[in-house]
Amino acid sequence: MNKILFLLLPLFLQSVSAAEVNIYSARKEALIKPLLDQFTEETGIEINIVTGQADTLLKRLEVEGKNTPADILLTVDVARLVRAKEKGLFQAVDSEILKKSIPEHYRDNDNQWFGLSLRSRVIIYAPDRVKEEDLSSYEDLADSKWKNRVCVRSSSNVYNQSLVAAMVANQGVEKTEAWAKGLVSNFARPPKGGDRDQIKAVAAGVCDVALVNTYYLAGMLASTQKNEVTAAKKIKLFWPDQNGRGAHMNVSGAGLLKPARHKKEAIQLLEYLVSDKAQRWYAETNHEYSINESIESSPVLKSWGKFKADKLNLNLLGKYNTDAVLLMDRAGWK
Amino acid sequence: MLVTPDAQAISDAKNFKTNSFVFSKWNSALVIVSLLFSIPLAVIVGSVFFPETEVWEHLVNTVLSDYVFNSLILLVGVSFFALTMGVLPAWLVTMYRFPFSRYLEWALLLPMAMPAYIIAYSYTGMLDVAGPLQTSIRELTGWQYRDYWFPEVRSLGGAISMMSLVLYPYVYLLARAAFIEQSICVLEVSRTLGCNTYEAFRRVAFPLARPAIMVGMSLVIMETLADYGTVQYFGVSAFTTGIFRTWFGLGNSLAAAQLSALLLMFVAAFLYLEKRSRRQARFHHTSSRYSSLLQKKLNKTQGLTALFLCATPMILGFVIPVLFLIDLALDTYAQVLDKDFYLLLFHSLMLAFMTAILALLIALFMAYSNRNTHSSINRFMVRFVSMGYAIPGTVIAVGVLIPFAWFDNTLDSYLTKYFNISSGLLISGTLVALIFAYLTRFLAVSINTVEAALIKIKPVMDEVAKTNGLSSSGIIKRIHMPMMRGSLLTALLLVFVDVLKELPATLILRPFNFNTLAVRTYELANEERLADAAVPALAIVLAGIIPVIMISNSISRSRAGNDQKK
Repeated sequence: MNKILFLLLPLFLQSVSAAEVNIYSARKEALIKPLLDQFTEETGIEINIVTGQADTLLKRLEVEGKNTPADILLTVDVARLVRAKEKGLFQAVDSEILKKSIPEHYRDNDNQWFGLSLRSRVIIYAPDRVKEEDLSSYEDLADSKWKNRVCVRSSSNVYNQSLVAAMVANQGVEKTEAWAKGLVSNFARPPKGGDRDQIKAVAAGVCDVALVNTYYLAGMLASTQKNEVTAAKKIKLFWPDQNGRGAHMNVSGAGLLKPARHKKEAIQLLEYLVSDKAQRWYAETNHEYSINESIESSPVLKSWGKFKADKLNLNLLGKYNTDAVLLMDRAGWK
Repeated sequence: MLVTPDAQAISDAKNFKTNSFVFSKWNSALVIVSLLFSIPLAVIVGSVFFPETEVWEHLVNTVLSDYVFNSLILLVGVSFFALTMGVLPAWLVTMYRFPFSRYLEWALLLPMAMPAYIIAYSYTGMLDVAGPLQTSIRELTGWQYRDYWFPEVRSLGGAISMMSLVLYPYVYLLARAAFIEQSICVLEVSRTLGCNTYEAFRRVAFPLARPAIMVGMSLVIMETLADYGTVQYFGVSAFTTGIFRTWFGLGNSLAAAQLSALLLMFVAAFLYLEKRSRRQARFHHTSSRYSSLLQKKLNKTQGLTALFLCATPMILGFVIPVLFLIDLALDTYAQVLDKDFYLLLFHSLMLAFMTAILALLIALFMAYSNRNTHSSINRFMVRFVSMGYAIPGTVIAVGVLIPFAWFDNTLDSYLTKYFNISSGLLISGTLVALIFAYLTRFLAVSINTVEAALIKIKPVMDEVAKTNGLSSSGIIKRIHMPMMRGSLLTALLLVFVDVLKELPATLILRPFNFNTLAVRTYELANEERLADAAVPALAIVLAGIIPVIMISNSISRSRAGNDQKK
């Protein structure tokens, strides 16, 4: 019997070393682990991580309550950071380093969450079928000249939800819904697959324009798969709305959880993630834009030139997320 | 073929009288165990008592009819193809000899080792508009995308095909086991009464095998309804899409749980109607005198036709996607196969093994208590517990999270208050919670398989054994176990393979720094890095093949009187 108990012991064990940070991460392990390993190497602080979908992690945090072992929640979009804040999961962090490195509109008003890396949702197009002059803003994609020419992934995807939430923030539900209806009527095919699929579809001639996140395109250009590189080279990036609000931005980010037991180490990690070294890693490995404007971006990102970014306060993306989903349902955006 | 009702009634009555003490002990133990595993389902069903009128109004007005319609089409399509691809080959390989029939016996099971989301990714990689096939068509002919017609993989039809291809083995497995067990005498009698082979199948063999086939079909149906990975990737708005959209998009987990409860009720209604429709007929084998099954040798044309019919599902569901994955893996395996990778493999195998053993033990316990008590409450409890299979893993996981965290937190505040000791989270976030979730989801598989085996042992046999002086444990050891060995092994291995493939519950409930093959595959494939995902995906498939072949062998041997020959 004792033997059996001994064998079962590891099932119950949670590691208990002192200098550690426990992370619930919506960012996939492969896209953050190398950076965390570097942190451990430099500071001796161990990192424990569980990855998963953001909302399931939120649920886990909610029900685990004050006894949760997690110190930090890491997400890949701002809407879930806002949602976590609304559920009262975060605590404020007062850090000069974070404030100095992160522009105000990329962090929470109450310093409960912080953007760590930037990406934009842009228009890509097939240069052999689309003249650059014909492109202008997101709004323009609802114009009937794009009939049967637009590809975009499902509205279940949070990046589409955030884009639409930004439009709701700017022009209200009614106008945005009319736009969404127009966009849906221009779809070349029902939404399916991820952003890379939309890029491949434009390259293969299924559609002429698509909405995608910047790092997907950069990732394909840097891919080891020949067909991905070929497809990515066939299309071009267009920065939307440069005469208006600017290109829609989203962040990956993090917040310190209320019950955190390793507060000091956790803040140290957050500060590390906005350091020059970490920000360069985001740019070079994940092809994301640095949250800190003073840091140079990777060659691929540089090749797309400078652009005007929408300065909308990202809290609003979380605020209008539900409105966005509801209106996309009504507009028939699958 | 049918036990006379009187004999059944007499033996039931006897059991009741002589075992009344045992009866109550079994009864309460069964209720406790079933209650424990009902908790996650009860949490889900309980959500209906907290109405979310606004969200429901929105759903009904906009997307709900779409979800229901698509799910029904999916269900009908997958049922039809899984039934055809399961029963027909099972009949052919059991009754006839044709080229490669011996190999097909086990090879037909192979797609079972393939998770639905992996086959979906593979076929999309091959056949999508940007895939190698269509690209070369365009390059060779100079056509543009709109100049030719090509079936769209990522569609409702595609989802039906993918799921049928990996789910038909459940039907095949159970149908074949049933055909093998059938007394040849029955078939011979049917022939002397003028049935040809087709009629013997239609009027005798199929009805006799129907309970077994229905067990397979109900697994197929539940798995189809619970699938999220495939429909999401294919952009099909199925019922599960609705559940997760409501949860993730609208941030309303309560309404999402209510949608799951609705799904659960649908499945319950279906299972009830199915059971009712064959209530009158109880199928027992009348004769245990088996003469060996003489497989008829087919002539050349017939043989090739049979070969074609049996090989197609196996090639489409296994050979082609595996070759595609191998091709991808050749480029990437060098970077992927490191120390970490073997740890993933170990984690996956360990979880699968532990869960399979536990599921078998619990299923045996439940099936026996049910057999010994004949109480309708017990039967209901067992049925309720085995419905977890129809609920998406993510939802089950939440049903596990909530009660465990509640227990941990309550215990913690009690201990802190009275003893000033903080126990923190004791079970939440450990493998215990994860394995509990697996059991809730997969008990259906082991319970169904064990019950199907136990039901075939006529109560009369127990009586005879008793009069011959065997004790209760003697009956189990010397009579039941040898008769059920094949089925028990099947139950064990089915759960093993299911856990290997399981993704969503693992993702939510696993402890820190703990990954499995399925998690790794998903994380890479979801980032649209299919090439890197190929190696862990293949590892899942390969780890699943061995038990699948073992299942097949145990079934071949399960025919009474076949032991000596092999």
